Amino acid sequence: MFPYVFRILLTLFAVLTLMPLYWIVVTAFQTPSVVLAFPPSMVPSPASWINFARLFNGSEIGTWMVNSLIVTGTVTASNVLLGTLAGYTLAKKVFPGRQTIFWTVISLMFVPSQLTIIPLYALIVQLDWINTYQALIVPALIMPFSIFLMKQFLQTLPTELIEAARMDGCGEWGVFQRVILPLAKPGMGVLAIFTFMGVWNEFLWPLIVINRSSMMTLQIGLNSLQNQYYTDYGLLMAGAAVSALPMMAFFLAFQSYFVRSITIGAVKG
Amino acid sequence: MSLTRTIFRERWAYLFLLLPLLLFAVFNMLPMAATILLGFADYFPGGQPVWTGLENYAYALSDDLFWKALGITVLYTCGVVPASLLISLFLAYVIFGLKYAWAQVIFKSAFYLPVVTSGAILSLVWLWLFNPARGLLNYVLSFAGMGPYLWTSDPQMALPSLMFMAIMGGHGAAIVLLTAAMGGIPSTYYEAARLDGAGPWRQYWKITLPLLRPTVLYLLVTSTIASFQVFTQVLMMTGGGPDYATTTLVYLIYTDAFEYFDFGKASAEATLLSLSLAGIAVLQYKWLASDVEY
Repeated sequence: MFPYVFRILLTLFAVLTLMPLYWIVVTAFQTPSVVLAFPPSMVPSPASWINFARLFNGSEIGTWMVNSLIVTGTVTASNVLLGTLAGYTLAKKVFPGRQTIFWTVISLMFVPSQLTIIPLYALIVQLDWINTYQALIVPALIMPFSIFLMKQFLQTLPTELIEAARMDGCGEWGVFQRVILPLAKPGMGVLAIFTFMGVWNEFLWPLIVINRSSMMTLQIGLNSLQNQYYTDYGLLMAGAAVSALPMMAFFLAFQSYFVRSITIGAVKG
Repeated sequence: MSLTRTIFRERWAYLFLLLPLLLFAVFNMLPMAATILLGFADYFPGGQPVWTGLENYAYALSDDLFWKALGITVLYTCGVVPASLLISLFLAYVIFGLKYAWAQVIFKSAFYLPVVTSGAILSLVWLWLFNPARGLLNYVLSFAGMGPYLWTSDPQMALPSLMFMAIMGGHGAAIVLLTAAMGGIPSTYYEAARLDGAGPWRQYWKITLPLLRPTVLYLLVTSTIASFQVFTQVLMMTGGGPDYATTTLVYLIYTDAFEYFDFGKASAEATLLSLSLAGIAVLQYKWLASDVEY
């Protein structure tokens, strides 16, 4: 009896959760006059691409998307690489200062961005980096969480593997490249997905350091769209749909891998 | 001498950590120190900092708006975090009990989609759902004879509206983590419990929940911190209003710093925010931390 009630509740909640996303699509494909009609129409009929045409004519959304891809791609690659290297070092190497460095990384992870952005903004102004990619990329090249995640992940690997590789004559870099990297892949996948999502969706920092439309990322582009067309819901939902698409595609493409790899990370060794 | 030798022998470790540590120093630690220092100064961009001691703190702490913002932030967090966690625990339990793997994947994906959707996108669509004249919510509620409500435009309802939106949003990450943790619990525990005559409810309370404790603690700490820093929705949907009803701490810091360019006051507020966050995290760990081994 209860399982059925539970499953009905689960389905109901799933439908409610997806409703806003469905509503983006419905509104985006409605003609402006249908959008403004009351009661609202639950399906986009007649379906129309007009909002998308108005969106691409009235905004720089294509540029915003390219900017988001450049920034997110660079930051993700760099975090996966540096995070794996540093995480491996902290997980498997014994050296003076390891604990201090590890706890520094942990503490930095808990430092909220608000505690750094004000002087960071002043620094970016000093460097003359306002409205540049550097402003969005360089401060995020490595984030404490990336190191922490890879350290936690690599800690579960048996140390004997590394010792065996060393006996076989692997140098320090060889151990990392031939033993750690292949085994770290599931962890790196998780990290890549987390980083990509976090950076892609970042809002506050680009809002502060970017004010020229041609340099905006998607997120703050949407904010400027909202300021410009705040009653034009058809156009705004078209913008939301276009912006949601890459992230959804990314998620659906990597989703089975994502779930699998996070499970590998969660099972205790 | 032997320390030097050890350091030299392990030089690769330092080399591997060099670039991250340098970047942390420049983009995390120095700005952090600067924020703490600026909290004790009068500073506007382009000018010179004038040391004013505790003036910013005295000003912030005597400012009604600061306390109001703190109250709003705490209220938001206390409303959103426990509700979300309970819902996630329930959903994860039901999803984990589904027989078919594909059904589990479908539900996990359904709950994850809003999580991968950015705050900016969600703000846009929720503004539309909340629209008093033509929004879907008022339309649906009209069948129950309720409304129309002003939602985010009503000083009384603006904050609950944002909380409602947050609770309806992101359970995906919690569900993925919880179901993964549930999968890691050895099935022998449940078999033993069944042999002892424990029903599903008892098994959940006595086995699942205690063994999920590290995951729950992790979720609790991270979601509390995230809620305390709510910003995007506030900026895009309410602008902190109406009548400051949704001015959260981070929004207050943002306006003080980047609208009024009072970096000194904003830095003091940012320092206070960080101290509160650290305090909350420590308390949560103190209360809930335990070494679960299985």
